Amino acid sequence: MKRVYLDNNATTKTDERVLEAILPYFCEVYGNANSMHSFGQEAGKVLDLSRQTISNILKIEKSELIFTGTGVESNNLAIRGIARAYKRRGNHIITSAIEHPGAKNTCQDLEKEGFEVSYIPVDKNGVVILDDLKKAIRKETILVTLMHANNETGVLQPIEEISKITKKNKIVFHTDAVQTVGKIPVYPNELGVDLMSFSGHKFNGPKGIAGLFVKNGIRLGKVITGGGQERKIRPGTTNLAGAVGMAKALELATTNMEEKVKEEEELRSFFETEMVARIPEIKINGKKVARLPGTSSISFKYLEGESILLGLDYKGIAVSSGSACSSDDLQASHVLLAMGIEVVDAHGTIRFSLGKFNTREEMEYVVEEAPKVIEKLRIISPLWNEFYKKK
Amino acid sequence: MEYTKKVMDHFMNPRNVGVIENPDGYGKIGSPSCGDMMEIFLKIEDGIIKNVKFRTFGCASAIASSSVTTEMILNKTVEEALQVTNKAVVEALDGLPAAKVHCSVLAEEAIKAAIENYLSKNNKKEIE
Repeated sequence: MKRVYLDNNATTKTDERVLEAILPYFCEVYGNANSMHSFGQEAGKVLDLSRQTISNILKIEKSELIFTGTGVESNNLAIRGIARAYKRRGNHIITSAIEHPGAKNTCQDLEKEGFEVSYIPVDKNGVVILDDLKKAIRKETILVTLMHANNETGVLQPIEEISKITKKNKIVFHTDAVQTVGKIPVYPNELGVDLMSFSGHKFNGPKGIAGLFVKNGIRLGKVITGGGQERKIRPGTTNLAGAVGMAKALELATTNMEEKVKEEEELRSFFETEMVARIPEIKINGKKVARLPGTSSISFKYLEGESILLGLDYKGIAVSSGSACSSDDLQASHVLLAMGIEVVDAHGTIRFSLGKFNTREEMEYVVEEAPKVIEKLRIISPLWNEFYKKK
Repeated sequence: MEYTKKVMDHFMNPRNVGVIENPDGYGKIGSPSCGDMMEIFLKIEDGIIKNVKFRTFGCASAIASSSVTTEMILNKTVEEALQVTNKAVVEALDGLPAAKVHCSVLAEEAIKAAIENYLSKNNKKEIE
C-alpha cells in the first residue's frame, strides 16, 4: 500500500546523509568529551566542531549553544532556570494561551511554586495580541516565554516586535523555536531573544538531541544537578553522535533554504486549493497570516478528528488530530479553542504537516483519497445530515 | 493506543448505517461539543426488532460501538435488547482502550433511549 507521511511537525524521517555522518561516533570515536585522554580529546574536538557548525548557521557565539536531549528539556531548562535565577527580582511570568505542553505545563508547575503566570490570548488567526501582552507587564515580570511558530497551526508569532517590548522593560525573553529552526531562516539575535529552544528531529536530524541558545550574560538557575558539562546548565554526558547529526541536519536544511521554503509553500498551496475545491464545509486555520511553509490545519465540519485520522491512516496517510478523542486527556485542542474555534469544529480539525521528502505525486494521492474518507464519514454523521437537510 | 481488528472492521465497514423513516423507536444520546453523539432508529414488530439503523458523530470507537450494537439487537426481542450492557458491547469488539469505554456506554444508552421511546409511544409500561 502507498504510504504518505504528513506528520512532520511531530517528527521527521532522519536524512540518510545524517545517519551516515553519525555512524562513526558509536564504535570508532566514542570517548567522553570531558575525558583528558586521547579518546576523550577526539570526541571533544568533534563536539566542538558540531557546536561551531550550528552556531555559525544560527549566527550566535559557540559559547551560547547548550546541547540538551529534547525540545521539552530545553524549554524546562530555560523557563525554570530563569525563574530560579531571577526570583528575587520578581515572581511573574508571561506566556501565551497556545504554547506547547513543554512550556505550558512548565509554567503551570511554576504556579505551584508561587510564581504568577499570565496567559496572553490570541486573535482568531492564532497570533498573540500585542496590546494584551503590553498590559500584562508588571514590575515583577521576569520572563516572557512565547513560541516562534505554533505546532498545530504553523502560525508565526511576532517575536521581533515582542523582543522590543521585553528589552525596553528589561525582561528576559525565551522563544520555543522547535517548530521553526530548520524549516525557515531563524537567527536568535535578529529575533532579539535571550533564550531559544530547538530540536534536531524536527528537521530530519536524529531524536534525542536538541539545543538551547543562552545569550551571553543571561544567568540560569540550576535545574539539573551533576557535572560541569554544557556550562553546568545541562550536566550529563553530551550526546556526541546526536550533536554531529543535528549539525549535519541543520547544514542540509539551511542549504538553499529560500528555494526549499518556496517549494514547500507551493506544494501546500496545491494541497489546500485542491482540498477546498473537492471537499465542502472545510476551513483552513491561520491561512490569512504568516505560517510555516508546510503546516496546514484544516477543520472538517460535522466530523470528529480521530475518525478522520484513522480513515486516512487506512489509506496509508499519516496525519495528526486536534480532537479530544485522540488525546489522552480527552480535551479538545487548547490552541484551536484559544483562536475562538468552536469546540465541535476543534474536534474535527486535522493537522497535515509536510516535510522535505513529500512529493507532488504524494499530495495528488492525498487530495484524491481524502475526499472519499470525508464523504464516507459524513454519511454516518448525524450532524452532517442535519446540515445537509437544512441546505 | 491501538484498536482491535474488530473495532477497525466495524469502523471501516459499519453495519446498519442510515435512518428509518417513521421509526417505532428513536434514541439520541450525547452532544457534539462532547465529541460524540449517536442516533438509533428501530422498526419493531410483535415485540421483535425487525430493523435497526444508526448515525454517529464521533471517534472510531464510537462508530464501532454503535455498529456492533445494532448487530447485537437485530432480530432480538425488546426485552433481550434491554439486556445489552456496555460490557457486552466491549466484549463484542474484543476490547476497547480504557479511555474509550465511555463510547460503549453511549451505545447502551442510545439503545435504551430508543426502546424507551418505543415503549412510551405504545404505553407498554409493563416491560419497564
